[in-house]
Formats: sequence, structure tokens, C-alpha cells
Amino acid sequence: MAEIETTFGQVDPETGLKPMVINLGPQHPSTHGVLRVRLALDGEQVRACEPIIGYLHTGIEKNCEDLTFNQAITLTDRMDYLSPITNNFGYVLGVEKLLGVEVPKRCQYIRVMFAELSRIASHLVWLGTSAMDMGAMSPFFYTMQQREQILDLIEMSAGTRMNPSYFRVGGLLNDLPPGFEEKLRAFLDGFPRWLQEYYNLLDRNPIWLERLKGTAPITAEQALDFGWTGPLLRACGVPRDLRKTNPYSSYEDFEFEVPIETDGDVYARYHVRMREMQESLKIVRQAIDHLPEGEWHVPGWKIYPPNKAEIGRNMEALIYHFKLFTEGIRVPAGEVYSAVEGPKGEIGYFIVSDGSGKPYRVRVRGPSFYNLQALPTLVQDKILADVVAAIGSIDIVLGEVDR
Amino acid sequence: MKEILDALQESFGDRVTVSEALGQTVVQLPAAEIVSVITFLKSQGFNMLIDITAVDRLGREPRFDVIYHLYHLEHKTWLRLKVQVGGDEPSVPSIAHVFASANWAERECYDMFGVRFRGHPDMKRILMPDDWNGHPLRKDYPLTGLDPLPPLVHE
Repeated sequence: MAEIETTFGQVDPETGLKPMVINLGPQHPSTHGVLRVRLALDGEQVRACEPIIGYLHTGIEKNCEDLTFNQAITLTDRMDYLSPITNNFGYVLGVEKLLGVEVPKRCQYIRVMFAELSRIASHLVWLGTSAMDMGAMSPFFYTMQQREQILDLIEMSAGTRMNPSYFRVGGLLNDLPPGFEEKLRAFLDGFPRWLQEYYNLLDRNPIWLERLKGTAPITAEQALDFGWTGPLLRACGVPRDLRKTNPYSSYEDFEFEVPIETDGDVYARYHVRMREMQESLKIVRQAIDHLPEGEWHVPGWKIYPPNKAEIGRNMEALIYHFKLFTEGIRVPAGEVYSAVEGPKGEIGYFIVSDGSGKPYRVRVRGPSFYNLQALPTLVQDKILADVVAAIGSIDIVLGEVDR
Repeated sequence: MKEILDALQESFGDRVTVSEALGQTVVQLPAAEIVSVITFLKSQGFNMLIDITAVDRLGREPRFDVIYHLYHLEHKTWLRLKVQVGGDEPSVPSIAHVFASANWAERECYDMFGVRFRGHPDMKRILMPDDWNGHPLRKDYPLTGLDPLPPLVHE
């Protein structure tokens, strides 16, 4: 970015004019949080662009080192706050890999179910807000209405809507509550009609098409070079989806397709995400139809704490419970990288344990951090309005970029 | 995958050590070799740089592990590279000219650990303010920060 430093505010030798330097953000509705984009403009045209991040840095990686393995889950919620459950997912899988345990099938299916529900919830926010960036108000209300139903489902089982910490090391907070299945099925039956409604609202809208088609394109080589993952990479024609390529948590049991587009522009990204919601719906339906009976956490009390009733009866259970909540789970020393396919791309956790109850180091590879890096390439020599479309299409969450 | 590791071993000899931990392949190499090894692996199909980070092993010399994660699209596998650096001013050659994604990742690593990347086009802080004191993810950096918080000013 050194060359940008020199082009910012420099006089153009051809025209003799100085570009106008403006800041988009950090307080701007289209930057989805507190992102600041420094732009050098020549009229409407972007001559140089530099995203400036760090306004939402909360030291999550540092704080994780001061918490026990289970406590640190609460911090992973707060990174990508639009789909906290997929953040929990990568982390608990990493710790379980270090422990050398595998959770029972029922737990794996419930995890898949919630991961896919939160993928839909995240894509709905993206759809609503990026449509609003383009000037379409009404999709936002319709998407939020459906997202609300997913959050209700999460609230039913985890107790909270936004930062559920539902996945625990070695299991879940609790099993599916009574009445959950009916409510989930009602959502599954109702949602396809709404998905069609979103298409109806946007896909024949001339302004929407005009703004999206051919905007901010990128080639597959460039996308790989920037470390792009998730729907963004698939919109460039690269069929990389960790659920298919490196299946975890029984994803190999489910039948679904990986939507691919080849244009690599904003419109392709929109289509990939829309079709992904359909596929996620399929996965959730399969998970609830074939949900295995049985245990939903690992046996024994060394990793997953005994339940409250047991503590009242059994002295040993009380001791294990006390140990787990004061010292934390003893995780064998080692290093592991575990990654899951989040709504925005690969969420990777590099976890180092030194054998104590607290992680020695937790590194989070946030997909938005790497995706956002390509913004200058996307908008170079485009018009200012395309910057807004490009930021919307990258689907960044600043909590995850800055961590 | 095995062929690539064999080829790597062949071209770099005993300067690289390949090992396995929890089913994941780890390659240890000296800092001076990082650019040539990454370029070699990229030519062998490891065309995604997933992440760069570091681990502070306070009390050990060399003090820092710099960790690179690569991904191979056809073999569908990750590879971890590990470089040990130490000294008063730890530094590693930059790979920002090999992978564009390394640019911000190296800046973050510098910001958080104070590990410099030689030859990086714009080696400055990314998350913390430019005038920040210390590197937060170092183990000798206290959780509450080195400097006291500035007093609240009511206007």
C-alpha cells in the first residue's frame, strides 16, 4: 500500500488537478460498522482506496488467554455477531481435537442444524442491509422478520438470541427443548415462500440489476491470491466449500449442493448467497428428519460437567463440577488448526495449549479480515457509488475484522 | 501431498523438517528460507495463504514461532509452516510479494507481537493506534495494558 500513500493527494501530471481525499466512515451506515475507507477521488472516480480498520479492536485473542477453555467460547460469540454459532463451532471442534474426543452423532447433527440456521440468519442480514445500501428499503423488513424466527429458535434452546454460546466443549448447553421441532418445521415450511418473495422484490428490479451486474468484478486468481474464502470465492467459480472438501461434524451425511457462479461480480455473489440459503434449508430439514436418538454430550465428567440433579446426589459429581468450573478442562499440550465454513468464509482457529486449563494462544482467522483486504482492487477506477455496493457484497462484520 | 513433501525435502535438504501433529502436517524451517519455501510450495499447488500468526514462547530462545497456514486446492489439505525467530528485534522476510493476503496478516502480526517483516511494502500497525506503546499479544504485556487509561474528560 506504499504506492497509495504517494498517490493520495498528489497532483495528476496530466490534468494538473489534485484528487479529493474523503473518508467514508468510520460512522457511515453503508460501512456496516466502524470501517473507515480513505478514498482519493477524481470527480466520481476512485483513484486510490485504503480501508483503515481497528476501530472495533477489543483484544479478543488476548482475553482468551486469560479465560478457561469453556469461558473463551463467550468471546468467540462476539466476533461475528451476526452468526455467533459458527464461531463457536470452529473453536469447540479445535479444543475437541486437542482433547482427542468426538461428540455423539446426535450432538453433531444438532450442531450442523444450528450452524445452517445461523448461516441463513447471517445471509438474511446481508441481503437486507445490502439492498438498503442500494436504496431498496422493503427487503430489510422482510428479511428481519424471518431472521427473527431463527433467533427465536436459538433463544428457545440457548436462552439468548444474539450471543448464545450454545456449543460447549464436548457437547451443547442442553438438548433440544420440547416444542422445538414443531417450531423449526413451521419455519422450514414457511421460509421457501419468503425466499421467493426476496427474489420477486429484487431480481426483476431494474435499479438492483443495474447496480449489481458487472460491478466490482474480480478474477479467480486474484481472489485466491487475496485469500478469499466462502461465497465470495465461489462467486468467482472456485468450488471450495469446507463442508464438502474437508467435512467435519458429519457433514458427509447430508446431501446438498455447493452453489457456484463464474462472473465474480456483485451480482454473482448475491446469487451464490441466495442459493446457499436454499441449500442450508435442505440440510436443516435432513438433520431434523434423521436426528439420531441418544446422548448429546461426551460421556464422563472430565470434559462435560455432570448435570445439576447428579450433583445433588453424588459427591464425586460435585467434585468434578467444582474442578471444571474453577480450573477448567485440562487440555493436553499441543497445537491444532481447526476450520469451519462460516457464512462469510473459512473461520479458522489455531489453538495452542500448554496443558493447563487455559489456552496458551488462540488465533482466529476471521474470513472478513482477508476478504476486506481486496477492496482497493475491487473499486480501483470505479465510481464512488460502486464502493458502497462492493462493501455490501463482501459482507463484512467489523467485530470479526478487528477482533 | 506426500510427493510435494518429498520434493520439498529433496530441494531443501535438512534445512526443513517435516513432522505430524494431531493429523496435521507441520514443516519447520529457518527464517531465511521462508520466501523460497513458500514460492516453491505455491508452484506445487499450495495457492492459498490462509493465515499468518505468531506464538510468543516467553522464556525460550528463540522466543517467537511465526506460523503460516497454506491450503492446497486439489489435495484439499492445509499445511503449517513454522519459523522460529528471536533476539531483541525479531524479524522474518516478508512474503507479501508472493501472496497478496500476506500484506495485512503480516501487519497484524507486527502490531500484535512486534515481529517485523523485512521487505514488507507498508510495515505499520493495523489494529492498534499508530502511537500505541507495546505489542499486546506478547506474554509480558499485561492484560490491562502498559499505560494507564487516559482520564475521562467531560466537556
